[in-house]
Amino acid sequence: MNNGEQTDMRTTDAAQARQEGGGACSETGGDCKFITRNVNVFYGEKQAIFDVSLDIPDRAVMALIGPSGCGKSTYLRCLNRMNDLIDICRVEGTFLLDGEDIYNGDIDPVLLRARVGMVFQKPNPFPKSIFENVAYGPRIHGLAKDRTELEEIVETSLRKAALWDEVKDRLHAPGTGLSGGQQQRLCIARAIATRPEVILMDEPASALDPIATARIEELIDELKENYCIVIVTHSMQQAARVSDRTAFFHLGKLIEEGPTEQIFTAPKEQQTQDYITGRYG
Amino acid sequence: MRGVWAVMILLATLLILALAALAGWLGWRRARRVELVSTGHHDRLHSRPVYHGLYVAIWTGVPALLLLLLWVAMQGTVLQALLLASLPPEVVEGLDEPARAVIVNEIITRAAGNALPGEPAPYIIEAVQRLQRWQAMAGMAALALGLAVALAGLAFAWKRLSPGFRARRAVERAFTWAMLVCASIAILTTVGIVLSLIFETLRFFSMVPLTEFLFGLRWEPQIAIRADQVASSGAFGMIPVFAGTLLISAVALLFAVPIGLLSAIYLVEYASSRFRAVAKPLLEFLAGIPTVVYGFFAILTVAPAVKQFGDAIGMPTAPNSALAAGLVMGIMLIPFISSLSDDALAAVPKAMREGSIGLGATRAETIRQVLLPAALPGIMAGVLLATSRAIGETMIVVMAAGIIATLTFNPFEAVTTVTVQIVTLLIGDTEFDNPKTLAAFALGMMLFIITLGLNMLSMYIVRKYREQYD
Ligand SMILES: Nc1ncnc2c1ncn2[C@@H]1O[C@H](COP(=O)(O)OP(=O)(O)O)[C@@H](O)[C@H]1O
Ligand SMILES: [Mg+2]
Repeated sequence: MNNGEQTDMRTTDAAQARQEGGGACSETGGDCKFITRNVNVFYGEKQAIFDVSLDIPDRAVMALIGPSGCGKSTYLRCLNRMNDLIDICRVEGTFLLDGEDIYNGDIDPVLLRARVGMVFQKPNPFPKSIFENVAYGPRIHGLAKDRTELEEIVETSLRKAALWDEVKDRLHAPGTGLSGGQQQRLCIARAIATRPEVILMDEPASALDPIATARIEELIDELKENYCIVIVTHSMQQAARVSDRTAFFHLGKLIEEGPTEQIFTAPKEQQTQDYITGRYG
Repeated sequence: MRGVWAVMILLATLLILALAALAGWLGWRRARRVELVSTGHHDRLHSRPVYHGLYVAIWTGVPALLLLLLWVAMQGTVLQALLLASLPPEVVEGLDEPARAVIVNEIITRAAGNALPGEPAPYIIEAVQRLQRWQAMAGMAALALGLAVALAGLAFAWKRLSPGFRARRAVERAFTWAMLVCASIAILTTVGIVLSLIFETLRFFSMVPLTEFLFGLRWEPQIAIRADQVASSGAFGMIPVFAGTLLISAVALLFAVPIGLLSAIYLVEYASSRFRAVAKPLLEFLAGIPTVVYGFFAILTVAPAVKQFGDAIGMPTAPNSALAAGLVMGIMLIPFISSLSDDALAAVPKAMREGSIGLGATRAETIRQVLLPAALPGIMAGVLLATSRAIGETMIVVMAAGIIATLTFNPFEAVTTVTVQIVTLLIGDTEFDNPKTLAAFALGMMLFIITLGLNMLSMYIVRKYREQYD
């Protein structure tokens, strides 16, 4: 199959997906941020995601749950094309962000990643000062006219990440000197500073203690007023606490997706039932 | 007859080793029997049987072998003294120390069965026979004494064995000592080298004032060996020599650092894993080329090319210009810098890369703003180590740089380096009593101080700035 043909096919798929729209999102009354259709992901010969179609609502929290190795991170990393960094990874399917096909030349991946920020499992502040960590994105994308504006962005981002009060007196101390929970909030502030529309979080609290975890969850709750949030978590309690919708993955397949309450109280699938009651996982 | 002695010593060594092995096995078997019949905690062995075996083996082998070693080391001196005392008094009377040594040497050489010109005097023939007899006796004695000590050690250790005996502690202490001895050999050698360097340097400074050496602008050591010259009035100013070293090293680093660093960045960040798998070993292969081969390359290829280039742009160029030597030295340094930078870059966690890319930074922005700053200490350390190698590099400059110390910073001229001077000073005239040869030690001392300083600085940087990512 030549490239042009493939592009054509993708465009057609995209058009079709646009037409269908996100049925699931209307249930929550909001718009759909992401529409993804027939996603297959391969690592070399090995397939990690099998024909997943999922709609992600705006201004809400979508949780991806499932046993480890089931492809949650892989799917999440498709949404900001982080998988491009992995040589052997091949992504198929349609991904629409506000109706724009993110894999098909509509959006430059570099700009896409500014719109779709990411927070990783292990806090990964740069070995720079707290200020420089937050200013990194705005500087690269030229979001501030001058120093004053940059300082404003840094302050607002740190405030939104509920970290400002703890660090306002030591903005020029190294970011790596903060505690684990603070570091993770710094990474959230860093992501917020590029003015994203979506924030992807891959097990953002799994390296943190319960108190720091609670603060991150509170923060997620506040952030969903303004952002579309997709969170991968291995903790079902966390999914139940923070998310509006939950998608359950198993062995690379999307087994079931729906409002969080329904998934946890009345799942339609037996496999989901088994997983949330802890029969395996 | 000397053959008998060597055979005896060899036999003694082998017998002691065999005895130690046997003793070890016996000790192990004895402990094992106890272990097999033990029923509870009260009659358990304190240490496992293998330690009992090792304990006996060590006591059997080590003291006896040490004694043998001491014997071999001392025997020559002792026999010589005995030999000298046994010579007829009328022969040695009135002879000075060197003359006696000549006689003793003749006897020893003949006793070893080597032919010497001339017919030996009767007292020499007698002495030769005596020495041969002694040597054979000494061999037997060593064998007997060695075995006796081994058996004594075995008996001593055997008596101490008991179920409650802490054999493991004793064996571990013995191994600790053995390791300490090995470590001290390395340290003592270093100390010895440094001390001899210091000693000879001090001798040099007793002939040439320190200030002249440190601040003098003329380096003409050849003058000083002429008999009609007062040594200290020769020219021993190190400035032009060190300037030459600095000039060539600077050319080398200016060439090697950008190329090495960029190739490391390419290999770590851009190259496909297949390219990397081929290119990395090739670079390391470059590091394995003997510097004398780089020297050929400098003389035959680079120097003529540089001369041609210089002449073409209207620069008068020496055939052995600093530029040519520096460029070749730079080529030698590339794999060094690129592999250390490669390590430093690869050590930056993947999470840093992903964090930056995830914020919408391009690859180039990520490298410039996150990876390079994080890897900088490692890269700096690599550059400093490369500098100290450049300064100490000898073969390339001996072949490709000049001999005359010219104080210049023009890379198209020929300059000399510290290492070249050390080599030229020590070729031929090896009497260590005039400033010419001793100057080599002073230069070596300075070189040692500088490279030591650079190495320590680079270790300090690495330790101080090593980022804690976890
Ligand atoms: N970089 C990679 N190279 C090869 N296989 C990978 C890579 N990353 C993930 N996989 C494989 O893809 C599957 C899904 O992994 P992942 O998405 O990390 O699962 P999860 O996040 O749900 O634990 C696993 O079988 C894993 O082994
Ligand atoms: Mg994962």
